[in-house]
Amino acid sequence: MKLQKNTRLALYSVLEFAAVPGRHVAAFEIAEKYGVSPHHLAKVLSELAREGIVESVRGVGGGYRFTGNARRLTLYDVIRRFEELSPTDAERRETGERTPAGRAITTVLSEIDEIAQATFRSITIATMLRIMARQDTAAGGRKAK
Amino acid sequence: MRINGSEAGSRMGSEGRKRRAGGGKTAAPKGSGAASRAPVRRRGPADRARTASRLQAQPPIAIRPARPGDLAAVTAIDARVTGIAKAAYWRGILRRYGNGEREGRHLLVAEAGGEVVGFIIGEVRDWEFGSPPCGWVFAIDVHPDARLSGVGTKLLAAMVRGFRRAGVRTIRTILARENSLILSFFRSQGMMAGPFIPLEMELD
Repeated sequence: MKLQKNTRLALYSVLEFAAVPGRHVAAFEIAEKYGVSPHHLAKVLSELAREGIVESVRGVGGGYRFTGNARRLTLYDVIRRFEELSPTDAERRETGERTPAGRAITTVLSEIDEIAQATFRSITIATMLRIMARQDTAAGGRKAK
Repeated sequence: MRINGSEAGSRMGSEGRKRRAGGGKTAAPKGSGAASRAPVRRRGPADRARTASRLQAQPPIAIRPARPGDLAAVTAIDARVTGIAKAAYWRGILRRYGNGEREGRHLLVAEAGGEVVGFIIGEVRDWEFGSPPCGWVFAIDVHPDARLSGVGTKLLAAMVRGFRRAGVRTIRTILARENSLILSFFRSQGMMAGPFIPLEMELD
């Protein structure tokens, strides 16, 4: 499983904003932390703002602020804004798809897609923040040893 | 899933799928009903205010083993959540799982203001599917009016305490993959995909 660059950037951003609810975070800080150009990140952030997940804060030190509900917003809600998780019939056209082998492959891939989607739908941003904290603690523990 | 750089198709009509707002009937031993569905709706300030006032008004939640007298309340919560009344089924469950801890079986209820507002069913099972003893959670249901106040979290925590007393160190559940609400709940509690994959086949 691999996510496109913009999708990862969107998830990084949402997690950064949601980690400090109510406070605004400057876009350049996120761009710097994740090694992307501010210009590239700006496009992702404006898409998130259009969806009402973040809102821009104007003025000195302006940036963005999380406006979603971290306990309800799921990975799926963010990812589907940036990539196709449920392609239409026309989009999923593949060479040989109508052959018996093509149909069988499609069946198996669909099964995998459905499980992946169910996983994305069931993990909220709040849960992601918890996973991050847990992994951080575990990594700290390993370092201490 | 991606093969050779192209996105493989999915039959799942994602936009058509609505988040289930029903209970967490997971892999109940038998007779698990379909959870009710509710449309997705963004929560606004008014919702938050309502939730806040409800939370303030809510009495403390106590978790205790189910008693025979809880049958009606448990049956009613399940009927409300799943839309199917299953009186005989719940009588059987209460007989086998009620009355405190027996053979590693637990049926716990959450009580608030003298009323049962939720329940959880679990059992320690040894060496099933080749797995060392682990605690299975078969079902968790919270009355819709009592949600978002930590009832589910308290029920699961109490179940986990029971499992720990029984000496198990793993908790496991299984539920419909479109039941995003309850999947989210279990994940929020720290649960992740386990090492088992459920398989099934329609028998002609």
